[in-house]
Amino acid sequence: MSTETQNKTIRFIITRQEDQQSKPYKEEFEIPYRPNMNVIGALMEVQRNPVNAKGEKTSPVCWESNCLEEVCGACSMVINGKPRQACTALVDKLEQPIRIEPMRTFPVIRDVVIDRGRMFDSLKRVKAWIPIDGTYDLGPGPRMAETKRQWAYELSKCMTCGVCLEACPNVSEKTSFMGPAPLSQVRLFNAHPTGEMNMEERLETIMEDDGIEGCGNSQNCVMSCPKGIPLTTSIAALNKDTTKHMFKKWLGN
Amino acid sequence: MKLNSFYSRKLHSLLGVIPLGFFLLEHLLTNYEAFIAGKEGFIEQVIWLNGLPLVLFLEIFGIWLPLLYHGVYGLYIALQAKHNVGNYGYVRNHMFLWQRITGVITLIFVVWHFSDTRLQVALGNLRHEELATHMYGTLSSPYYFALYVIGIVATCFHFSNGMWSFLVSWGITVGPRAQRASAYIWMGVFVILSVLFILALTSFTDESFALSILDSAQIEIG
Repeated sequence: MSTETQNKTIRFIITRQEDQQSKPYKEEFEIPYRPNMNVIGALMEVQRNPVNAKGEKTSPVCWESNCLEEVCGACSMVINGKPRQACTALVDKLEQPIRIEPMRTFPVIRDVVIDRGRMFDSLKRVKAWIPIDGTYDLGPGPRMAETKRQWAYELSKCMTCGVCLEACPNVSEKTSFMGPAPLSQVRLFNAHPTGEMNMEERLETIMEDDGIEGCGNSQNCVMSCPKGIPLTTSIAALNKDTTKHMFKKWLGN
Repeated sequence: MKLNSFYSRKLHSLLGVIPLGFFLLEHLLTNYEAFIAGKEGFIEQVIWLNGLPLVLFLEIFGIWLPLLYHGVYGLYIALQAKHNVGNYGYVRNHMFLWQRITGVITLIFVVWHFSDTRLQVALGNLRHEELATHMYGTLSSPYYFALYVIGIVATCFHFSNGMWSFLVSWGITVGPRAQRASAYIWMGVFVILSVLFILALTSFTDESFALSILDSAQIEIG
């Protein structure tokens, strides 16, 4: 370590919680600075030397992380008030003290570890996949137009990180709205030429309670998505599809 | 019958435009007559409106019941949101918050305005022809005038921004460019509606509106 950075430290205020039932509390940490450090690196430092800013020995902070390149969505947490991935949160670009909290829209397991299970349940509910299994070879499916593939690819970047649900004012303990991410996946799989065969089934699901009607157009999701997914365009396009489907059901039967 | 929330929310959205949005515009046209043609013009408009066939039926199904549903369900929607403009200070998030704030203000304003005017007519305390003079009495107090301005601006915002949301919720404005253009248009509508309503409001404070019912009756006969 160079002498320049030798004595420099970074201050962290971390909102911690023992388990799902216990009350959250704040703990401060002072961590030796290293150049190009990210928040995960700082949390690893706490893990190596679990001593808080008062010099007391404490339990290491728990977090989840996996890919460390912002494609898995596991390390989402609220950093300085905004939900984002800890791996791409560079310490040099953050205001200090760096405040770290769990994404409280989800059940907190411990410290900043959360349970994103509700998102996976929603993906199952809307059937965010393309059913191709059968008893015989179905052959190649229809081709997708290149222009369509280009925008559909953007939707496929969703990593179920939960940031859009955290930012949404209509996703909270007061409602059961499934949130923007699973809705955008409905648009993705409805856009696929083979997935399109189950389009109406998916539309029917998001026209039930907790579905697309929960959107109140605050548009925080599209501003917050780390992958730049056009979530509000997806929702508006599904508004169009569900409206059409509603009239088709009423007038076509 | 339990309506699934998709349909109850869609109904809420639709009723805000048809008939409530239309009624708001109709109400503006009637009031604006006071600005153009003064007291006589306004009273003529009121008499014409109340001479419509099945007017009570139109009021019940075209205004009161839709208002009740839109107001009560809207209040439920407003209370469900967990506002977060502190952390997410984006324009649309502020609009989301203000849509709910102005919705609540509009509901209170409409209940007050209704019980001060139409309800008094229904109770027999007031005649339609006397409403102009009655409004002069209310609006000559600067305190009530200010409350009316707040109520009107809130209502115009709720309508205009609600139209923006309506176009998104029904899948008419889908992409960001269309939604941005729509936002500019509806904010323009908000300003125009507010100005016209307030101009109409100021004309009710004109001395000519202070005339007693006897004078207006003479105008009617004459």
